[in-house]
Amino acid sequence: MSRDISYQAVMARKNEIMKASMGIDYDVYKTGKLAFDYERMMDDCGFTTEDIVKIQSSTKVGNTPMFELHNLTEAVRKISAPGKGARIFVKDEAANASGSFKARRASVSAYVAQQKGYKGMIAATSGNYGAAVASQAAQRGLKCIIIQEVYDSKGIGQPEIVEKGRKCEAFGAEVIKMSVGPELFYYNLLTLEETGYFNASLYTPFGIKGVETLGHEVAQQIRAMTGKDPDAVIVTHAGGGNLTGTARGLLQAGCKAQVVACSVDLSGLHMASDNDFNRKSFTTGHTGFGVPFATWPDRADVPRNAARSLRYMDDYMLVSQGEVFYVTELLSKLEGMERGPAGNTSLTGAVALARELNQDQIIVVQETEYTGAGKHHNSQLSFARKMGIEVRRGDPKDSVNGKSIIIPENLGQVMGHRQDMDKLRMSYLKNAAKQCDPSEWSQVDKEFAAADVKKDIKWLENALKTL
Amino acid sequence: MNTIKSGTWVEIEKTLLTTEQRAPQVPDDTKKTPYLMRVAGFLVSDSQLNDEVEVKTLSGRLIKGTLKVVKPHYEHSFGDTVEELLDIGLVGSKI
Ligand SMILES: Cc1ncc(COP(=O)(O)O)c(C=O)c1O
Repeated sequence: MSRDISYQAVMARKNEIMKASMGIDYDVYKTGKLAFDYERMMDDCGFTTEDIVKIQSSTKVGNTPMFELHNLTEAVRKISAPGKGARIFVKDEAANASGSFKARRASVSAYVAQQKGYKGMIAATSGNYGAAVASQAAQRGLKCIIIQEVYDSKGIGQPEIVEKGRKCEAFGAEVIKMSVGPELFYYNLLTLEETGYFNASLYTPFGIKGVETLGHEVAQQIRAMTGKDPDAVIVTHAGGGNLTGTARGLLQAGCKAQVVACSVDLSGLHMASDNDFNRKSFTTGHTGFGVPFATWPDRADVPRNAARSLRYMDDYMLVSQGEVFYVTELLSKLEGMERGPAGNTSLTGAVALARELNQDQIIVVQETEYTGAGKHHNSQLSFARKMGIEVRRGDPKDSVNGKSIIIPENLGQVMGHRQDMDKLRMSYLKNAAKQCDPSEWSQVDKEFAAADVKKDIKWLENALKTL
Repeated sequence: MNTIKSGTWVEIEKTLLTTEQRAPQVPDDTKKTPYLMRVAGFLVSDSQLNDEVEVKTLSGRLIKGTLKVVKPHYEHSFGDTVEELLDIGLVGSKI
């Protein structure tokens, strides 16, 4: 029996491959031309929070420490207006088995794959999630294949991506290393079809439910340490699962903290470009994923994405590469801890945000990730130089993505800037309108779209007039 | 010619899509390059570098491709010294 393995033929078999590889029939959740029953899809996983805590604690996931960063807070207060400089806390997610919060995301999928009798798991990912799937699969006796975009056409791999691939192999996974391009998804489908393994997509309800425990823990720990709720929880944002899961967990715990997204601003670089691939020093947590996924989540490798970040996002901060490297260095020198790039992105946002808030207010950076050779700001800067990028100290505002990285001269220059939330929401509506013309939207579709951008029907009706 | 013994840990390369077969949404610079994959595995039979070979991967799959690297290993590091970082946040310095 020979299957047609051309790009077009495999993509055309997408829905049947998906159904077989996850056991979820997404069609039953459809409620309109645009709308689907998101909460029902999430509930149908059938897991309570207690169930998930039990699953996670059996495979070395969750219950990570929370630390207050006293010295960094003090440094921020010195450069802030009188009375300003909120307390900064960080949740040390690097303590999860695979070294990042992604272990939460993989844990429930691995449990389900094992329960349903799949022999292995497959994920297509830039890295941390691959390590998480590999680590969880190893503990559950499942085989694992990770498909990763690694090299440009000259065969050069970003040091951080190379390290993430190594970690997957360390846990016994087969790592397929790809050149640049969106066809990762094509090979993912092809491999799911060939092996009959479980599709451990980042964007299933299982993945997002797994992150909800992170939000619960943040609420409980901050209450225990300070006697109150955090004012803001800042989340490194790319595909949106980190933010969605954490925010859902906070809400379930009755915590009304503002949920703030933070990404490295990589505007000007094209994510599927072979030329640009090695001209960026961040492999996730950047606007190249953060903006497209916020403004249209259903572009993922599942029919309906369980990560719907605009539903939960109150604010969105952008930081430059140089600002993150500066704050990463401060974390080591002032707080005596070395951690990897993704968590340090939201930490940089937290520094900027803390200056706007009062001293009695609390900001939580909800993750750290592991660090090591390749996955380190020194590796990234050294590599960037080799790729012809200018690296210097100065005002980060002068940096040009793909050409220069400017590391601030002092903490006062770590400012970040705001992403316009209404612009994002309008962009979502434009994308939704491409799926189905708004004149054909039912009341259910309108309610869905309004909820998907965290607004009410009145706002939506007005917004549609200006589209 | 050096024969590479079956069972050796090697890396192969395989063209998945030629430049003509690539996805329609791929940007122009990327479209000029074929879509390649590399994977490591145990060599199935004695071969030489650049031969078309078969490997058995860590998940137990058999995959065919061109033999490119014998005993592939990692050598990513912390990179060269970046002097711009050294004086950030030192005890007693102004931040
Ligand atoms: C350690 C870490 N933090 C944050 C993120 C961003 O999460 P998300 O893609 O769910 O927005 C990633 C994802 O790649 C990650 O690996």
